[in-house]
Parts: sequence; structure tokens; C-alpha cells
Amino acid sequence: MATTLDAPKLKTAAPSLSFPLHSNWLRTLQNALIVTRREVRDSFRDWRIMVPIFLLTLCFPLLAQGMTELFANFFIANGAEPMIDVFLPLLPMIVGFFPISISLVIALETFVGEKERRSLEPLLSTPLTNLELYIGKTLAAVIPPLLAAYVGIGIYLGALIFGAQQWRPQAELVIQIVLLTTAQALVMVTGSVVVSSQTTSTRASNLLASFIIIPMSLLVIVEGLIMVNDMRHLLWWILVALIIADVLLFRMGARLFNREELLGRTIDSINLKWAWQILLSQLRGDKRAKGVLSWYRYSVLKALRDSRDGMLVVSFSIVAMLVAGMIATHFAPDWRLTPEMMTQQPDVMQNFTQFAALSEMGFGVRYIFGQNLRVLIGAAMLAIFTFGVMSIFLASFTFGVLGFLLAQPIMSAIGYDTVLAALLPHAIFEVPALIIGAGVATRLGALVTSPPKDMGVWEAWLRAFADMLKLLVAVAVPLLAIGAVVEVYVTPRIVLMTIGS
Amino acid sequence: MIEASGLTKIFDGFVAVDNLSLYVEAGSVFAFLGPNGAGKTTTIRMLTAILEPTRGWARVNGLDVVRDAAQVRASVGVLTEQHGLYERMKAAEYLDFFGRIYHLPRTLRRERAQALMARFGLADAMNRRVGEFSKGMKQKLALVRAMLHDPPVLLLDEPTSAMDPQSAKQVRDAILELKNDRRTIILTTHNLTEAQQLADRIGVIRRGKLIANGTFEELSQRFVGDPIMEIRFAAPLNGASEWLHKELDVVAHGENWLRFRTKSPQEHNPILLQRLISAGVPVVTLSEVPHTLETVYLQIVNEDENLTEKAQNGNYA
Repeated sequence: MATTLDAPKLKTAAPSLSFPLHSNWLRTLQNALIVTRREVRDSFRDWRIMVPIFLLTLCFPLLAQGMTELFANFFIANGAEPMIDVFLPLLPMIVGFFPISISLVIALETFVGEKERRSLEPLLSTPLTNLELYIGKTLAAVIPPLLAAYVGIGIYLGALIFGAQQWRPQAELVIQIVLLTTAQALVMVTGSVVVSSQTTSTRASNLLASFIIIPMSLLVIVEGLIMVNDMRHLLWWILVALIIADVLLFRMGARLFNREELLGRTIDSINLKWAWQILLSQLRGDKRAKGVLSWYRYSVLKALRDSRDGMLVVSFSIVAMLVAGMIATHFAPDWRLTPEMMTQQPDVMQNFTQFAALSEMGFGVRYIFGQNLRVLIGAAMLAIFTFGVMSIFLASFTFGVLGFLLAQPIMSAIGYDTVLAALLPHAIFEVPALIIGAGVATRLGALVTSPPKDMGVWEAWLRAFADMLKLLVAVAVPLLAIGAVVEVYVTPRIVLMTIGS
Repeated sequence: MIEASGLTKIFDGFVAVDNLSLYVEAGSVFAFLGPNGAGKTTTIRMLTAILEPTRGWARVNGLDVVRDAAQVRASVGVLTEQHGLYERMKAAEYLDFFGRIYHLPRTLRRERAQALMARFGLADAMNRRVGEFSKGMKQKLALVRAMLHDPPVLLLDEPTSAMDPQSAKQVRDAILELKNDRRTIILTTHNLTEAQQLADRIGVIRRGKLIANGTFEELSQRFVGDPIMEIRFAAPLNGASEWLHKELDVVAHGENWLRFRTKSPQEHNPILLQRLISAGVPVVTLSEVPHTLETVYLQIVNEDENLTEKAQNGNYA
């Protein structure tokens, strides 16, 4: 009784809506940093995080330094001193990699751990936007391990520079290692957000985390091999690929880290029946699709419409690569084909006349169709694991080569009409098949980075997958079959006619 | 003020909330009752702009929960089903963190944190780690967090669960105080006495549908029927019992007591009392048998159960 009466009365201000709407990045970052500060402070209070970071930051570089000395002595004793210079750059990268591997643990803890402890919901009920929460938590997961990695690399390099080895690493190498470490940490954290968004328990997310840690470990091995083989310029390309992966994974994570996904998912179960029903209903399409013709009209056409962005991207890439191939001929004179190179081969005209005998040479309809189909299916499968990047690349790469060849001066000697006659008749069928197949595969691969807002990621993916199957079976495969028939029986005749004329 | 119309939420084919419409007047308390998994939390989450409705619309404090989601979240204080506190933080740090999120100036967030903590008897716990708090203290701290930014609307999911009677009373008093201060409050609870004490209107949700909505009196009238009166006599009735049974809609009786239902106690009771006195029947008391919210709630749920069963049987037939 006394408590209630004696308690001070609340000073209540008039209800106001003073929370500002965020319209710029600075505001987003400021709000995100409120979350980051809290999370980092929390991480520093967690001995399960701090002890490994401390050990990996301070003890591992010293251990690595000891190992370096042992290896250096071993190389010297066996007369392999040059190997020391090859070996030394390897360890700073590994010294940096161990602490950043902790970022994966922190990220899983901060995203799925909080979801499991139900401490995320109070945060979700604040005015912070999904993006602010996501950036705040991502930075919190990256900053402590990354700082530890930089310190670790610094300690190790310091020990090498001022220790017995007196090694002076190139500035470029140090920059590469620091940048690669940073990009790798970001890939792991953004990847773990994607993983944790699909689970509700740290146990499940730890299991799924192997999908991140194993490829990253393999990448570090590849980077090591590149260093040993003294092809360090390739590390810049790996860095570019990692930055692209960072951007894609960040975008994907930002899309998946939303209130709806986080609170809508309650159990990690596989609902095959539901998945099968979604797949079937999407394959069937519109209810009006009763027969084959109406299926094409209502279902296949809709799938084409829904995949038009992917097809546009593929078409644009094809044209861009064709033009790039042509331009490359002018910028790289060394790559130009000379008349001598062509005359060293059997007569060019003879080559074209052999078109007529393609089927007798074992390149029959089945072979050409099978080959094209394999490429298309391969591109589609790779698209799933590369966010659609590989389907675009595989579809357009051939056109880069084609552009390069078409721009060769020697082609004018052969005659463009002959070259076009050898390409166009079947290309009319095969190129649309390629654009449709690669386009829908690109849509499927890229979907996870930006799923539609009106349905869950898994449902959207299943529907896009069904659309891909539908368009491959209903459009691309028939077009490839017709293209193969034309390539074997029609194209050679047109080529012969052109040559004859 | 909170209003919703046709509010529906579907998760992967499962209808969690089905076509729910409600209106909660500014400065009133609305109690949301229903079995576990009925859709209360999902409704609260939609009203706090955490989840987007699949269909329908809702406005909180005049703001649309979809279009003005961030503003809605800024204008409501939410006590979630699980308090979800950061156990490694001190209470002061925890409140300061949320105060920053709501962009409260440093002095104001300190003042409000201290005042609210004192209001709930937690003034001495400001510098203690949350992990050291008891269940009830944690619940109160979560409530302080919800009230920290002085929101005009409060959505409280089980505000007194896990609390000792004294703490629960502190929370109930705070809710009434907020109501008097023209705050709009929705609370979900399984404590029906508490709901009856605090709520101006009561809604019962079952299987995602709002199956009843009204004041306690309205619900009581609708689902339990006319008021039941009880007369107690100084001695056994004997001969008088027969005519009383004829005149009244008796629902139960004993040797020296009798219960009857009446549509209009105001008109009926004075006449009855007069007749009993003139007949020399020694009346000790004549009073209304109060319906409890529990009776009303169980009646509502049972009726809905029967309706569902009938509908299912009809479908099978």
C-alpha cells in the first residue's frame, strides 16, 4: 500500500510524435550506430567471444612467428632459401583469417541468438527501420573481429619485420591482405544473416554456417596457392569478386532481415507437401489454362512476362559482350587473326563446304541439341548458386568471342554474307532460347537478393523455379530442337548457296 | 485511438487473424482475451506495425500501420509477450539504449527512466545487471521500457504475468493512471479479474476471429442472459415457496434462499419485496448475483465451440 501511495507520480508530457522520419543515409547510419554501440559493448562483456578473440589476436601471431622461424630454419637447412620469400606472405593472411572467423559466431549470435532469446521483438517494435537494424547489427558483428584481425596481422608483421627474419613486406601485399581480410569478414557476416534468417535456433544456424566457413576456408587456401605461385595480381580479382559477393549478400541480407520474415517464421520444418503444391500450382498457372493452347496463352506467357527483367539483362549483356568483343580487336592488335593464321588451316571455303556434311561427321541434330541443352541447364543450375551471375556470363561470353571474330579483318576477306549465312538461320531459334533460358535462370538466381514483398522467399523461389521449368520445357527446349534441325539441315545449304553465288 | 477493419494475417496459408474489426476510443482500456494461439499477439504485432496485414487496414493514433509504420512504432509503447531484455546490461544502460532509439534528449531519458523505475519500486536496481533481476522485476523493467518515450498508445501483452500480487497491483495502478491521462491501452491477459477491473471494453478472439466485443455488461447480458437475483430468508419458506415458483423465473433454490432471473430488476424487485413483506415472509437480503468475467468468457468460448462443431457437422453431412 505504502509503495503505491509513496511512489512519485509520473511526469507525463503531452503525447507527441516527434520521431523524425529518416530520409538520408547519415540519419540511417546514426540510428544504426546506436544498435552497433550496444551490441559491441555486449560482445566485449561476453567472455565466450572475448577469450577466443584475445587468444587469436595475441597468441596466434606469436605462435605463427615461432612456426615461421621453424620453417625458415628448415628451408635454410635444406638449401631452399628462396622458399622463405614464397612462404612468408602466407601467414599474415591466415593470422588475419582466424579472428575474422569469430565474426561468423558473433553474427549468428547477434541475429539468430537474439531471435531465439526473443530479445529481438522489443527492438523490432521501435521506430528503427529494418535497414538501420540490419546495418547496426552487421557492423557490430564485423567490427570486433576485424579489429582483432588487424591487430593480429600487425603483431605478426611487426614480429617478422623486427624479428630474426628482418622481412620487409611489399606495401601492395599488406594492402591486399588487409582488404581481402575485410572483404572476407563482410562476406561471412552478410552470409550468416542470410543463414540465420532461415532458422530459428542457433543450433540450426551453426549447422548451416558450414556453407559459409567451408567455402571461405577453401578461398583462403586458393589465395595461398596464388601467393605461392607468385601470381599476386590475381588476388585483386578475388577482391573484386568478394566485393561483388559482399554487395549481393548485403542486399540479400537487408531484404531478408525484416520484421515479417523474423517474426513470421516459428519452426525450421520442411513442408514438402506445401512446396509440392506451390510448384504444381505455378506449373499449371492460371485456372483458365485447361488445354495445351490455353496453357501457353495464360500460363507460359505470364511466366515470360514475369521473367522479362532477367531476359532484358541477358539481352543487354549479349549485346554488350558482342560490342566489347569487337572493340577488343581494335585495342589488342596482338590478338588479331592474320591471313597467315587462316591459311595455315585447310582452306576456309573448304571449312564452310564441310557444313553440308555435319551429320555424317557425327555432329547430328541430337549432338547439337544435346550440347546446347547441356549449356543451358548448366547455366541455369549455376545461376542458382551465383545469384544469377553465371547464367548472364555463360550466355554472353560466346557473344564476346563472336564479336571478336566478326571484327577480325580477315572476316571481310571471307565475306560477311557467308559468315552470317553460317550463323543466322539457326541463331534465329537458338538465341531466343538462350535469352529466355538464361533470363529466367537469372531471375531465379537473383530473386534471393530481392524477393517480392507479397510472399516469403521460399515461396517466391519455388514459383520462379516452376517458371524456369515451364519456360525451359515449353519454349527454350523446342526452340533449341528446331535450331539444331536447322543447323544441321538448313544452314549448310544456305552457306553453300552463298558461297556458290 | 485505435481502429481496425477487416484485419487479416495469413502465414503460408495459415489464417492467424481473420477479418478482425475493432475500435478503441482514446483514453480507454481494451482487454483482448482468448485462448493461447488465438491470434492476440499477431493482432498486437499488426497494430504496432511490426507485421503487415495481409488484408484490411488499421490506424493507430490516426496513423496507418502500413503507410506510416515508423511513426506508428514511435507513437506506441509495446510490452511484448516475452520481455526480451539484454541480461548483460545494467537497467540504466538498457533504458538509456531505448531512450536513444526514441531520440529522447539525455536529461529527459535519465529523468523518465528514474521516475518510472521509482514508480515501480525499482529505483535501487538502476545500476544492477538485468540478469540479476527476478522475473517480476524483469517484467516491470520491460514495462518501464514500453513507457519510456511517453507514448499515447500502449499495447501490453500479459503485463502482470509472473508478478507477485503487490507488483501486479502497482502495474494495474499504473495502467489506470495512464488511462486517466487519456492514454489508449490494449492489453491481452489470461487474468480475467484483472481484465474486468481495468477494461472499458473487452474483446474475445478465438481461432483468429473476434467472436465477442463490448463492455462487460453488454457481453454479460448477451451471453449469460438477464441478471440473476438472490433472495435470502430468515427462515425456511415452506408454503410461500409454491407461489414464488409460479411468479418468478426460478433458476435455483434452497431451504431459505432462492435465485431467479429477471429482465428488469428495477421494476420487478420493489413489487416482489412488497408482496413478500405483506405475506409476512422474513426477507434478509435481495441482491444481484454478480456475473464474473470468467462465467461470461467461458460462455462465449463454449458457444463458439458449439457453433464451430455444428458448422463442421453440417459440412460433413
